[in-house]
Amino acid sequence: MRSPRPDLLGELREHPFLRGMDPGFLKAIEGATQERSFGTGDLVIREGEAAKEMLLVQHGKIGLELVAPDRPRLSLLTVGPGEIVGWSWLIPPHLWLSDGRALKPTRILAIDGATLRAALEDRPKDAYQFMLRLVPVISRRLQIARIQVMDIHGV
Amino acid sequence: MGSETAAPPGSHEGGASPWAPTPYRVVERAQETADTATLALEPVEPAPPPGFVPGQFHMLYAPDIGEAAISISGATSDPRRRVHTIRSAGRVTDALTKARVGDVVGVRGPYGRGWPLREAEGKDLLLVVGGLGLPPLRPVLYEVLAHRDRFRRVEIAYGARTPKDLVYYDEIQAWRTRKDLRFQVTVDRAGVDWYGDVGIVSQRIPDMRFDPSSAVAFLCGPEIMMRGSAQALVDRGMSRSSVYVSMERNMKCGFGQCGHCQFGPFLLCRDGPVLPYASVERYFALREL
Amino acid sequence: MPLPSAGPPWVLDRKDLGLLLASLRSSGYRVIGPRVRDGAILYGEVKEEGELPIGWRDRQEAGTYRLERSEDLRVFDFHLGPQGWKPYLFPPHHLLWTARKDGGTFRVEAGATTDGGPLAFLGVRACEVAALRVSERVFEGGVPDPTFRDRRAALLIIAVECSSSAPTCFCPSMRTGPEVTQGFDIVLRELFSPWGHRFLIEAGTDRGRELLQPLPLRAAAEEDLADLEAQRQRVREGIHRALPVEEARGVILANLEHPRWEEVGRRCLACSNCTMVCPTCFCSTTEEVPSLSGEETQRYRRWDSCFGLGFTQLHASSVRSSISSRYRQWMSHKLATWWDQFGSSGCVGCGRCITWCPVGIDLTEEFAALRTKAASTGAKAGGVPA
Repeated sequence: MRSPRPDLLGELREHPFLRGMDPGFLKAIEGATQERSFGTGDLVIREGEAAKEMLLVQHGKIGLELVAPDRPRLSLLTVGPGEIVGWSWLIPPHLWLSDGRALKPTRILAIDGATLRAALEDRPKDAYQFMLRLVPVISRRLQIARIQVMDIHGV
Repeated sequence: MGSETAAPPGSHEGGASPWAPTPYRVVERAQETADTATLALEPVEPAPPPGFVPGQFHMLYAPDIGEAAISISGATSDPRRRVHTIRSAGRVTDALTKARVGDVVGVRGPYGRGWPLREAEGKDLLLVVGGLGLPPLRPVLYEVLAHRDRFRRVEIAYGARTPKDLVYYDEIQAWRTRKDLRFQVTVDRAGVDWYGDVGIVSQRIPDMRFDPSSAVAFLCGPEIMMRGSAQALVDRGMSRSSVYVSMERNMKCGFGQCGHCQFGPFLLCRDGPVLPYASVERYFALREL
Repeated sequence: MPLPSAGPPWVLDRKDLGLLLASLRSSGYRVIGPRVRDGAILYGEVKEEGELPIGWRDRQEAGTYRLERSEDLRVFDFHLGPQGWKPYLFPPHHLLWTARKDGGTFRVEAGATTDGGPLAFLGVRACEVAALRVSERVFEGGVPDPTFRDRRAALLIIAVECSSSAPTCFCPSMRTGPEVTQGFDIVLRELFSPWGHRFLIEAGTDRGRELLQPLPLRAAAEEDLADLEAQRQRVREGIHRALPVEEARGVILANLEHPRWEEVGRRCLACSNCTMVCPTCFCSTTEEVPSLSGEETQRYRRWDSCFGLGFTQLHASSVRSSISSRYRQWMSHKLATWWDQFGSSGCVGCGRCITWCPVGIDLTEEFAALRTKAASTGAKAGGVPA
């Protein structure tokens, strides 16, 4: 178990997404980081709402879901410890593109998007390193979506 | 090649035609999903059926309709019972899935080379499974659980289309409670009543716990899933010759004479269906092979 | 006369050929040999010498076959007809078994593996002897096919060495001919020269030797052997097509993604003629034929072809949907992966696939294209060494 008083800088440093990033960069975003917990079934993010933060999952599981009026709520990807939720905080108009629901008790670190963008703007070398982590996540999720579209078990 | 075969392949002693099916009676039937059923078969005649190794298959005969190659999905320890999980995907498999207890179907085989289970002894064993790839691997699980001390960590990742398409549901629940193996389930998509993982099965590989220098992986499922999973295992440091895949192609005979199941240099019914990734990787990359 | 043995061959006069036929028939063999039928030389039952295609020869080229009268009255002046001996050992449509309903279960009765008594093949060419050996590896190398096994076991092979060659032949480069050196019970070598019309005759097995016993033979003289030598040289000199068996596997496997497959795929009609006339193609499918009464059902085996779209049907589609992929499968199997599966080449150089291709696709030309272009673009293909 972790210590009751969270060491946010330590947690940022150890999260697989940020592991190995420049300490100065992590220091710059530490102050803009909050921890947050959710119970099973709680909405973590909601489609169309402002995406003000980048979310790092520490414990638990978040299901990314799409909702349409004419069909049941559909879960398309689950995100677990060590993974991130979303890049909408980076890309205007900064609105979430899906719902995110905790599927079990979940703890995340939320980093303020405006601070993060400013830090990336100021530190191009760190920004490049950051992108080398973010782009593979996007690429992997795109590939997952493609395979899901293929419906490989459905033929 | 490390694959195993029950000696000798097929059971054509006494000059009987290798093409002739032996009558088996359906003694138990379970509806797994909307289109998939599990049949337990026993020979009509008292003579015990030939033995098999996990990963081998039978040619199952739906009387008056025809045959289909179906993996054996029951335990090797049962001397008489031969279990098959069949999805309705054509005339023959449709008739087989609709067979009722007491009906008689035909069986030829077993055929092919199975999973090289002995090679996994003393090592970590990983099963990466997609859809109806689970039935051919269930005999492996039975064998592993019967001799659990012979293997180190045992990790299973099973992916299906939706929660409704999961086979062996109750058995999986039981396996998931065990402390001596880790059984992860992923579905391609799910509704709100699913609290498990959603995505594709190869995503589970990065957090599987194993020693890449001393592990053996068995992959079974759609080819695209096996390709992605084999690559993910290689990325984690596994040798291509420790990763095994089970290939599927059209088959008519089961013993290397009809020519249908060719995959490059392999006659899959005879040389496979289980083959090391090291020897098929090149052919995976070729289109329409 | 002494029992003829291996060594210097014997001579059978042309006028006594009928005695060989009679000897075979009186020993209980049904003789299958060449006959003129439907404008082609086809193998069928031969009861008397007059049924043989005496004075007939064929003209062959890619996509062309014509039968014509020859100047002389040689018995085996022709080369190869469209169909080899395959149908007699591996029937095109064949009952495997009959299942009868029997009190809730069924009883299976295997179909007859043979079709009457033992067969004697008369007129087996060197490439066809080789094809038979290839087929033995396929049908008897693993689980034996009962039909092939039983028919082959009773089979007598009377080879006839080619006395001329067709333009489509390429047996020398396949190392299967044109001389017949092994794999026969009896071999005939037809000689036609100022010295007379006669056959050099040689037995390769005890069975063959026994059958020669009643024949009026004389020991071969020097001029007979000289005639044979000259004839063999003429035959070899007449063969211009080539596909070197030693190179075939390596070149094919190194070029499985060569653009030539696309090109040939545009010409190929996927008609499957090449697989039907090939003496070694063995693919088959099965058919279920239930009786109207529902009391019994029959299972047949039927020749199939890798050129058919349904051949690789898997779930909802075919693995090899393009024609180029099917041509690649056929050619790469025949020349390369056959080695992996059965320890030999699947091609014997008979050239039937060239003659009977309706658009004249030439296996040797396709191979040459893969090989020459391989030299310039080979690095891309990244092949497996043979």
